[in-house]
Amino acid sequence: MMQVEGKCELFEAGHRACAGCGPALAARLILKAAGENTIVVASTGCMEVFSTPYPETAWGVPWIHSLFENAAAVASGIEAAIKQQGRSEKVICVCGDGATFDIGMLCISGAFERNHDITYICYDNEAYMNTGIQRSGATPLDASTTTSPAGKCSLGNKRPKKDLPRILAAHGAPYVATASISYPADFVKKVERAINTPGACYIQVHAPCCTGWGFDPGQTIAIGKLAIETGLWVNYEMVDGVVAKAKKVRRKPVEEYLKAQKRFQHLFKPTPKTEEIAKIQAMADANATAYNIDIKLKQERQ
Amino acid sequence: MSRMEFMQGNTACAEGALAAGCTFFGGYPITPSTEVAEHMALKLPKRGGVFIQMEDEIASIAAAIGASWTGARAMTATSGPGFSLMMENIGYAVMTETPCVIVNIQRGGPSTGQPTRAAQGDMLQCRFGSHGDYGIIAVCPASVQEMFDLTAEAFNLADRYRVPAFVMSDEIVGHMRERVMLADTVETTPRRPLSPGRLPFEPGEDGVPGFPEFGRGHAAHVTGLTHDERGYPDATDHAAHEKLVRRLYQKIESARREIADYEVTNPDAEVVFVTYGPPARTVWQVMHDLSDPAIGHLRLRLVWPFPEFALAAFPDAKVFLMPELNMGQISREVERHVDVPVVSLPKLGGELHTPAELKRALEVHR
Repeated sequence: MMQVEGKCELFEAGHRACAGCGPALAARLILKAAGENTIVVASTGCMEVFSTPYPETAWGVPWIHSLFENAAAVASGIEAAIKQQGRSEKVICVCGDGATFDIGMLCISGAFERNHDITYICYDNEAYMNTGIQRSGATPLDASTTTSPAGKCSLGNKRPKKDLPRILAAHGAPYVATASISYPADFVKKVERAINTPGACYIQVHAPCCTGWGFDPGQTIAIGKLAIETGLWVNYEMVDGVVAKAKKVRRKPVEEYLKAQKRFQHLFKPTPKTEEIAKIQAMADANATAYNIDIKLKQERQ
Repeated sequence: MSRMEFMQGNTACAEGALAAGCTFFGGYPITPSTEVAEHMALKLPKRGGVFIQMEDEIASIAAAIGASWTGARAMTATSGPGFSLMMENIGYAVMTETPCVIVNIQRGGPSTGQPTRAAQGDMLQCRFGSHGDYGIIAVCPASVQEMFDLTAEAFNLADRYRVPAFVMSDEIVGHMRERVMLADTVETTPRRPLSPGRLPFEPGEDGVPGFPEFGRGHAAHVTGLTHDERGYPDATDHAAHEKLVRRLYQKIESARREIADYEVTNPDAEVVFVTYGPPARTVWQVMHDLSDPAIGHLRLRLVWPFPEFALAAFPDAKVFLMPELNMGQISREVERHVDVPVVSLPKLGGELHTPAELKRALEVHR
């Protein structure tokens, strides 16, 4: 936190997030990086709800709640009008994964194709948490949610996460990055880079949700780290569509991440579903290859 | 075998759909309707049905429309903002005469409004919200039992008239918990198949064509463009358009008596409450407290098509009082059918009228 401690606080304390909320930390870090000269567009979602009930709004910058589906389009309008008026505010969308991966996809695609000078940040807690934990396009394989309940007929969510960063990179976005609230300095640096890069930039920040994933609120940072350390989440930057940098790790087996969360408990109880766990391990292995994240010792390299 | 349970209105709605043979649910989370989807996600796969969480409400209703053309009893459930998103598809379902059930657990609008508070603000939107002229069917449950019964009935009405049927409930009934009798099976009126030799959009005497289900040898051609009885676009012919739209309108309007569903209490009354949905519950309390035969109650379980003839059940009425959780959306419908005053008693903010409020209204207006 050293590099981010000194920065201004524009996301105030006293909001109504759960104890241990990953997205709340994401919001705080985003505004530390962005500073005062910022307009925030927020779609419907947990963050919109917990951070804004009057008179306790947590936002120290101009803030507009759009609809669920249209933050990128509202931001497009703000950015175009600002530009026409010769103004300099930065426009940032702060939206959850449901708003980003699912219902807002159309507006995001349009904004990125037109290449508005906006930064779109998705706080990814991997389900619709505001309405009570329903799956989204960002929910990982086999996670149990209320609309992908694990049981006799199902092992949980049927499909892996949609690879949205690559979809937006394919739109020609000049800067796309993934980050984690567990690595705050890295996240802040990426937000700064995105808002200072002309054009439509995207950051997807992994933001563990203790309520929706089922872990102790004191473990939020640890869970975020485990996602990185198992290779199930990769922190990387893509500049003009090319992966420029990815965080290297000494990888741990995926069980360590899965076992720590209730949403994956059915993979271990009553009996371990080794085949399913192997599928998830294979996804981590594929990530490791694709992003070259494994730290190899000298003798391992030879 | 039926079973008695204590459950939430939204769950009873899902149970009603299951009992009616619904095999397809396309949905998207939105407060205060999400429990309908959650219950279907839990139950449908065990019964060999399909639950799909779609990427938004536009896709949800579109998926239900697609599923319906395979012969499935298909539904979606939502609330205000999602309902607004569905409007174009609702017109499409009307134009293509696609049976489907749309549940709206109404909340306070406009816009995001009051996600966790009840309203009846979408009553006119459900009737007129998509562009163009058309007719639809809408039921309004006032209890958890009616969430079960009327949802099941909505499937029958949708199939019978080849039209989207709406369950216009609200947060109060949706989240209320009550005793409910769940019938294992309910009476179902199957969709009338297309008779051999008939065209896929050629109406019967009742204005309703048989259903040319996909994959049953009909090569049905389905389009939202103005079409002829074969289903082929005929979008510039004024006569074809007039004929089609008049039929879509009339097949529902002319069924008003056949499908009307209402309760009349104290037909000799001079002052008559007209309700639909949960305001009926306050009126029940008022009538229980006052036990006055001069106070009547017309309770509509089905609001669209509007059963104006039901108002004639109160020949001595000197005034109609209409408590609604909106600015008086249906009171205007009553007003244009009676010669005596109609007093709108709007209530906004998410709570029901209290009995005291309605008793005061009685004192002022009788």
